Amino acid sequence: MSTAISGIRLTCVKRPWCNNMSSELRFTATTQTEHLHARYTGTGHADMTKYDWLTHQHRDTCASIVGHFPLSLYLAIGDNESIGRVKFEMTERMLQPCGPPPEKDDD
Amino acid sequence: MSTSTSPEQLQSYTAPKEVLDEFHEMLEEEGFDPFAETANKRQIAARQSDYQKKRFLVDREGGVSKDAFADGSDSGSDYAEAMRMVRLEKEEQRVRRAIEEKERREREEGQNKMDLDRTPPREDLEAAAAAMNANTAATPRKKRRWDVVEPGATLPDQSATEKSTEWSKEALEQSTPKKKRSRWDATPADMSSGALGETPKRSRWDQTPVAGQVSNILATPLGLGGLPSLPLGVPFPSMDDKHNRYLSDEELDAVLPAAGYVIVPPPEGYALQNPSRKLLAPPTPHLTGFQIQDDSDAAATLAAAGLAPEAPTEIPGVGALAFFKAEDAQYFGKILKEEDESELSVDELKERKIMRLLLKIKNGTPPVRKTALRQITDKARDFGAGPLFDKILPLLMERTLEDQERHLLVKVIDRVLYKLDDLVRPYVHKILVVIEPLLIDEDYYARVEGREIISNLSKAAGLAHMISTMRPDIDHVDEYVRNTTARAFSVVASALGIPSLLPFLKAVCRSKKSWQARHTGIRIVQQIAIMMGCAVLPHLRNLVEAIAHGLSDEQQKVRTMTALGLAALAEAAAPYGIESFDAVLRPLWIGIRQHRGKGLAAFLKAIGFIIPLMDPEYASYYTKEVTVILIREFQSSDEEMKKIVLKVVKQCAATEGVTPGYIKEDILPEFFKAFWVRRMALDRRNYRQVVETTVELAQKAGVAEIVGRIVNDLKDEAEPYRKMVMETITKVVTSLGASDIDERLEIRLVDGIIYSFQEQTTEDQVMLDGFGTVVNALGIRVKPYLTQIVTTVLWRLNNKSAKVRQQAADLTTRLAVVIKQCGEDQLLSKLGVVLFEQLGEEYPDTLGSIIAAEGAIANVVGMTQMQPPVKDILPRMTPILRNRHEKVQEASINLIGRIADRGAEFVPAREWMRICFELLDLLKAHKKGIRRAAVNTFGYIAKTLGPQDVLSVLLTNLRVQERQSRVCSTVAIAIVAETCGPFTCIPAILNEYRTSELNVRTGCLKALSFVFEYVGPQSAFYCDSVVSMLEDALTDRDLVHRQTASTIVKHLAIGVAGLGCEDSMIHLLNLVWPNCFETSPHVIGAVMDAIEAMRVSLGPGVLLSYVLQGLFHPARKVREVYWRIYNALYLGAADALVPFYPDLGELTDERNVYDRHPLQIWL
Repeated sequence: MSTAISGIRLTCVKRPWCNNMSSELRFTATTQTEHLHARYTGTGHADMTKYDWLTHQHRDTCASIVGHFPLSLYLAIGDNESIGRVKFEMTERMLQPCGPPPEKDDD
Repeated sequence: MSTSTSPEQLQSYTAPKEVLDEFHEMLEEEGFDPFAETANKRQIAARQSDYQKKRFLVDREGGVSKDAFADGSDSGSDYAEAMRMVRLEKEEQRVRRAIEEKERREREEGQNKMDLDRTPPREDLEAAAAAMNANTAATPRKKRRWDVVEPGATLPDQSATEKSTEWSKEALEQSTPKKKRSRWDATPADMSSGALGETPKRSRWDQTPVAGQVSNILATPLGLGGLPSLPLGVPFPSMDDKHNRYLSDEELDAVLPAAGYVIVPPPEGYALQNPSRKLLAPPTPHLTGFQIQDDSDAAATLAAAGLAPEAPTEIPGVGALAFFKAEDAQYFGKILKEEDESELSVDELKERKIMRLLLKIKNGTPPVRKTALRQITDKARDFGAGPLFDKILPLLMERTLEDQERHLLVKVIDRVLYKLDDLVRPYVHKILVVIEPLLIDEDYYARVEGREIISNLSKAAGLAHMISTMRPDIDHVDEYVRNTTARAFSVVASALGIPSLLPFLKAVCRSKKSWQARHTGIRIVQQIAIMMGCAVLPHLRNLVEAIAHGLSDEQQKVRTMTALGLAALAEAAAPYGIESFDAVLRPLWIGIRQHRGKGLAAFLKAIGFIIPLMDPEYASYYTKEVTVILIREFQSSDEEMKKIVLKVVKQCAATEGVTPGYIKEDILPEFFKAFWVRRMALDRRNYRQVVETTVELAQKAGVAEIVGRIVNDLKDEAEPYRKMVMETITKVVTSLGASDIDERLEIRLVDGIIYSFQEQTTEDQVMLDGFGTVVNALGIRVKPYLTQIVTTVLWRLNNKSAKVRQQAADLTTRLAVVIKQCGEDQLLSKLGVVLFEQLGEEYPDTLGSIIAAEGAIANVVGMTQMQPPVKDILPRMTPILRNRHEKVQEASINLIGRIADRGAEFVPAREWMRICFELLDLLKAHKKGIRRAAVNTFGYIAKTLGPQDVLSVLLTNLRVQERQSRVCSTVAIAIVAETCGPFTCIPAILNEYRTSELNVRTGCLKALSFVFEYVGPQSAFYCDSVVSMLEDALTDRDLVHRQTASTIVKHLAIGVAGLGCEDSMIHLLNLVWPNCFETSPHVIGAVMDAIEAMRVSLGPGVLLSYVLQGLFHPARKVREVYWRIYNALYLGAADALVPFYPDLGELTDERNVYDRHPLQIWL
């Protein structure tokens, strides 16, 4: 499903938290799976902000509605719209579903 | 006892002769270095063929070339110059050849005058010498090597002679010193004159000891200062080796007596006459007298290389190295000694830094190497391409280079290339010179590395620059250079795409100037096809068109290469693309009538690859055309031709359009006459080729036709030939069956097979396979011959040679099914009894075969009818199980397993118990097949005996010390649980868990984990019964306990998913969850697995509610763990999580809205 949400698989994302991972865990067998996981969109990390996390949730929700016909049907009836319109709006909504990212405070 | 009574008394007392010999050997071994031999083999150059070694001989050091794309860079030579250099070189080669020819002629003429036996008259000698001198003087720009002392006086002479030809005039005028070809070993003539000013860029790479640099060079013995070792293929007796250098005056004084010796002064007027003869004597200190060498590079080098007793492994500024070779000293001389860094310029410092890093990478231990590699990569752009490659490339040309070093240096180049990107342009040629030889290395990985470098290089430098750099080498005089260049070009094509290179390729293949260029162009296409395989398909037509005209080239070599190129293209394109070859079909088929020898072979090869692409009717037509030639060439004595002809016949026969009738009438008679002769069986490669081709022909012509032709040869007197016949018959019968074979042929066949089986002197698989295959294929038709065959077998089973007995047993294994088919049961029981008597066999290989044969008979006969009865066989097998030989083990376990499966009731339970004990050992056999057979057998036995007894044995076994055997027992328990139902085992395991012994408890947990893994969904019935035990295990202090318990939870959770055990699963999850903070890798792995399994059985929503507690925990360590679980959860069930996300609308602020409105709609 995560691939449906945003089809891009990030191949070489340099993520800052990979380095400050607690040291004893860095060498364990799970490190590899962890790295693998970190490459997918929608996964999180210890320094994730609520904005990022919730944005992903919203996108997943939209994708889920688009992907499951009964859900889009339900919404279409509720909104009194055509199914196509619902799906379209859901897709459009995936761009910044919670509004623009909070301003960065310089630290 | 007096001496007279014992006349044989020893003269003296001494040690026995053997002892003395032994001491003597030990003495000899003292100075023996066991690694000396292997060290030599590790060197790449030592293994290479003469052709590959040409890289040392061919002198093609390209200078730094101009980067046409960079603005305002006018250093380095550009394309036009490079091309002119190549032309010069060709002309030079031509002139040289002419001179050699002339000299040879003169010598032959002079031969009559100069009788070699007598001293020739003085005037003759002088005349000859004068002629020789004239020759050398007349040689325009004869390649000057570093070792030729170049008197300034020759310069005017030379230019005077060069003026006579126009090319040399132009060359001389245009070649200002900076554009002068800089070779490693050629001394630019005008260097010494000094009038023409500074050489713009001289790297140490091409520094040459000439007059201008003498002061610096003289202190440096040969081989230092970055000179490549030696232009010849011989190991180089280096001057700085302590074994080879001249004795010094001091040393001579010490060796010789003081009185009676005088030092003779050199005669007056003595001068070194012809220094060019002294190829190996460069200007070294020995010629100029003693020199104080302290504090110079050379001193440090000498100290490091030859004179110091041991090579240093600790270099200032570098630290400890894994090794240091004497040869390294010449490259790293500068950093071997301590020097005051404050006095060095920035460039010098940079150079030293690079050298240190390279030394660390080349000779360092892995961690040192790693950091150095990273540093050199990071700083690559600061160092610059020039200084880096000036250091790296000479190292790669070193003769004593070993695989590991080469690999590391190539790796450095690769990394550096990536960083330098387009800065690398001026060095492309230099790099190519060093890397191209890798493309023809015999080591696959070296070839791959070479390809990678060249492809990265072409991506960095761009197509235009690559072409302009490599273009001059395309018609280089030396074939080696052209060959490697072609390969490099094919790599460029695959890196940058064939279409971008096509226009250039077309132009080169049509070059009018030289046939070499055309030849190389076509070879590039060939290499592209070989390298890229079916990826050539989109460009096939273009590629074929590019080279097609080469078939009618006037140069034989070009025609041959074109045919080979077409063959490669057709092979790569198969089975598509015949339409692209339309244009070349005619010339090819005409060509085979016009050519002979090598050329013909190439043409035939091309045809062989093109025919399979054709439509059936065309294939048949063209095959008929080519067959005439093929049949003519059947007679060829050339091995290469024979192979190609066989291959083409095979390819033609395989095509659809060729009819059986045609093959039978037109090909077979000649084919058998030419190839089915004894001689063909002697050469291994011919042998295989003939067999393959015949089998292919049989596919069309049928079994009877082929077998009928060769069956009589089964009684041939030459054994290798009989073997060849047998192998062919085997393969033909395997693929086509024996139904075609009529009665008469059948008699001859069986007769021949029995004969050749009995007559074989070297027992190998071929005869055995053949016998088995034919008999099985004939099936019931073999009945009349069975008595004879079985008699043979029985007789051979009692042969004194173990091999023969083994083979007879193996044959029995293969025949058993057929004998049963024929209803000859009494023959089988006879064999069974004889084999049973043979169970005392001492050779394990033979014993294994005998047991396997017994097993095969038991298989077909059945346990009830088996003679001797199984109750006799099994006790006999018990001790054999202890045999450590794998073959014996496997055969016995198979036999026992079979009996346990089918006829367990014929054997008393006590015997089975005994076997159980023996089997435990087999559970840890190395071979997987044995372990699996043992495990299965265990299951069968448990089924017959009932689980109680076996289980008690196994549980007791958990107490033993040896870990391996405990593990095996746990596996066995799980098997018993699986075959006899979990209810038989789980109570016993739970009961056993109550003992205090740690090993036993761990064993129980392990067994349980296997049980749940094996029984899957059945676990639902036992879930509640094990919960209390798991509670205990999961709260144990022992890590391993919790780990194993987590594994059980994992298997349990997956097994019961969707079966309504959620309540106990939640309970177990609560017990597992706190363990998620464990750090030991195995434990955390098992815990995470258990949690993931819980996701399956409980659903992601429940898990999410657990995870939410810690995602934004103030402690980072907690957050990290929780996010890791969250990620696993998310990737496993992202969609299913949507309804479970908490409603966080309350976090909404003026900027962001966090309500999930679509979910708030209610109908």
